[in-house]
Amino acid sequence: MTDATFRGPLLAADGTPLKRKLEQALFTSRMRALGLVAPLLAFILAVFIIPIVYFMIQGLHNPTYENYMPRSAAALQAWDGRSPVTEDMAAAMVADLIASRDAKTIGNVATRVNQEHPGARSMFTGTARKADRMQAPFLDALVEEDKGWGRIEVWQAIKVAATTWTPAYYLAALDLQFRGDGSVVWQDADRRIHIPLFLRTLEISLTVTITCLLLGFPVAWLLANIKLRAANLLMILVLLPFWTSILVRTTAWIAMLQGQGVVNDLMSFTGVNFVILQILLLFRDYDALGVASLCGNDVNAVLATPDATLASLAAQASEIRTRCADALVIAFQQNGVDAAVAKATELKAAAARWGYGDERFSMIYNKMGTIVAMTHILLPFMVLPLFSVMKTIPPSYMRAAKSLGATDWTAFWRVYFPQTVPGIGAGALLVFILAIGYYITPALVGGQDGQMISNIIDFHMRRSLNWSLAAALGGVLLIFVLFLYWLYDRIVGIDNMKLG
Amino acid sequence: MKPRSILIGAASALAIAGAAQAGTITVVSWGGSYTTSQVEAYHKPWMAKTGHQIISEDYNGGLAEVKAQVEAGNVTWDIVDVELSDAVRGCDEGLFVGIDPSILPAGADGTPAAEDFVPGALSDCAVGTIVWSTAVAYDHTKLTGVEKLGDFFDLQKFPGKRGMRKGPKANLEFALIADGVPVDQVYEVLSTPEGVDRAFAKLDTIKDSVVWWEAGAQPPQLLADGEVVMTTAYNGRIFSAMAGEGKPFTILWDGQVWDLDLWAIPKGAPNQDLALDFLVFSTDTQRLADQAAWISYGPVRKSSNPLVGSFHDKPDLAMGPHMPTAPENFKNALQNDFEFWADHQDELNERFNAWLAK
Repeated sequence: MTDATFRGPLLAADGTPLKRKLEQALFTSRMRALGLVAPLLAFILAVFIIPIVYFMIQGLHNPTYENYMPRSAAALQAWDGRSPVTEDMAAAMVADLIASRDAKTIGNVATRVNQEHPGARSMFTGTARKADRMQAPFLDALVEEDKGWGRIEVWQAIKVAATTWTPAYYLAALDLQFRGDGSVVWQDADRRIHIPLFLRTLEISLTVTITCLLLGFPVAWLLANIKLRAANLLMILVLLPFWTSILVRTTAWIAMLQGQGVVNDLMSFTGVNFVILQILLLFRDYDALGVASLCGNDVNAVLATPDATLASLAAQASEIRTRCADALVIAFQQNGVDAAVAKATELKAAAARWGYGDERFSMIYNKMGTIVAMTHILLPFMVLPLFSVMKTIPPSYMRAAKSLGATDWTAFWRVYFPQTVPGIGAGALLVFILAIGYYITPALVGGQDGQMISNIIDFHMRRSLNWSLAAALGGVLLIFVLFLYWLYDRIVGIDNMKLG
Repeated sequence: MKPRSILIGAASALAIAGAAQAGTITVVSWGGSYTTSQVEAYHKPWMAKTGHQIISEDYNGGLAEVKAQVEAGNVTWDIVDVELSDAVRGCDEGLFVGIDPSILPAGADGTPAAEDFVPGALSDCAVGTIVWSTAVAYDHTKLTGVEKLGDFFDLQKFPGKRGMRKGPKANLEFALIADGVPVDQVYEVLSTPEGVDRAFAKLDTIKDSVVWWEAGAQPPQLLADGEVVMTTAYNGRIFSAMAGEGKPFTILWDGQVWDLDLWAIPKGAPNQDLALDFLVFSTDTQRLADQAAWISYGPVRKSSNPLVGSFHDKPDLAMGPHMPTAPENFKNALQNDFEFWADHQDELNERFNAWLAK
């Protein structure tokens, strides 16, 4: 044969080089695969990625002011935020106010500035009504109409509102305030709310994840290890609530747990509440629980009719058995009726802190209600991945461990448990990420200390109409979840997760 | 085009024209016994008179849905029942169409519309229908001797849980009135930082005993269940529970905070002309008086007051004394200041939420 045959590229039957032919074949199959997933990709892009990017941008971008008040926006951009307000800025402001009022956009502008400076809304709408009659010098005319125009911090706030691309909303989502002169300071202490709420959201989600794991693990084990018929029946019991409306399940918990609800009625009827209190008493605030369980009646009686009750209590002082009644009598004997009433009020408040009053536990409209209802609702998301993983663990492994001399506990902990970790990872991640964005359950049963960050986002979406702040809060939440996911990947490894 | 399909085209064009003659409008309101009262007093007579149809939808207040529809250019609501503060804000932001009050008929007694409506009920983009009020209500079989708003904050004299709406509006006003601020100075005091501190300090005294509600249907339920012994509530809801279900509730009128509800038409509403016709029809003297037979919200036309009769299925239950505007009830009343709330709601909401979480 000739040398050329060996030196040249390998050829396919039709004469094209084999390498290119292979590439072509791979390309077509890749295109075919892409074609198959294209609808899904397009769907995800259109309803997931684009809206997320859009709302994250909306948290940085608010053109309201610049659109409707272009002259004063330009004048404010040129201003350094510290030097005195100039006549030019005031003139531009008056011209814009007149134009904006004519175009009926003044309300949008006023609302935007009011987000930065409470009270600016009426200042803008009020001044705009009279702006067309104003004469130069305009700064004096503005101040004469509303004293607010004479304050530099008002102009600084307007400068922030006039900036279309602004970090102000993301900073506000972290309880920081972006000032017109470029500085960033903490929000007033009594208005800081977002960071505590993020922390509480994290706390509630973690608690729910852990309780779901503790409750779900034995259930999944049972499902995977009993006879098929019984397992099927149990599986339906797990799935049935899963198929029930979330609203129905949440409101069912209200009926169960409320002050006059089923659980409280049962506990009160059987006297279990006193037993629980006695147990809590062993390691908790003695005074507070003592007063509630052992002499709640005395406290209520003192509050209702101080003189008569205290007199009768004092008369039988030698027979008094409980510390709180004792405390009331001592306060009465040393400092009179008012002191005893004050003491009783204090004891009652202490009891209320522990969620106990009028012989009833507060189990709903608080953090506990949120945790209980969310745990119940999210439990299947823990049980199902755990079950599917446990189902694949051959029982012979445990038998082998035991035949080699392991105790039950060692066999479970060293052989069985490590094999369930992929299921635990999947279930925990699923429950945690669902929990962190939970909204309807905390809204219904959260009361005052069971609210989560999604409830504030909802508030800004529906009530205050501050969509930019809602977007920024959502953005922070998203970044936070992605960070946790990254952390999970680093610690546990995402490859170890098994969903089914 | 084949003749056949031309025929079909003409037929469907006719069908569309026919549909336009008997139009359908979507009327949006707050649901529950309130919407029932509107259906009975406004919707049914208007449908009977004009032959048009009404689809009634419920919402939970606020401007979010209207704003979303108007901004997306896809408005499906024709007329919405809004609070005064939302009517003014929505008008300023260009969400509602302007309404010329001169199209409204004079009162039944001949008073021109401009004088017949109570102040504030004719705003640039909205026309008022009712006066409603937030007041304290209690179960009189469990509590007696409740006389003034201060009693709501007196846990010693009246032990037990309280219900309050989860939000600063009305609650801060109640706190100041209970703390001794005269009603005509409430907003003056509340405009100062010290005044806000004072209101929150007063709320602090009962914070541990408060159950917070959000929907208007909750407070009567909380009272009926015994979850609370006293609650702030919308007066019409309490009245419905009293008249409709025979609940032993009493309203404490001292220090009530009253407000208006108005009809407004979103910009770009599909059937604006019909909606406007419905608006004019439903705000005449007789219709407003009729509504008062179904719920205890006061008509905004002064000329309607003499026509207010008794509850619709209880002829011996006169509605007059149950109205927030009845002279006996109106003695120590405060009008909600929408201007103040439009300015300060963001700030006070944040503060309120931070205070709740503490």
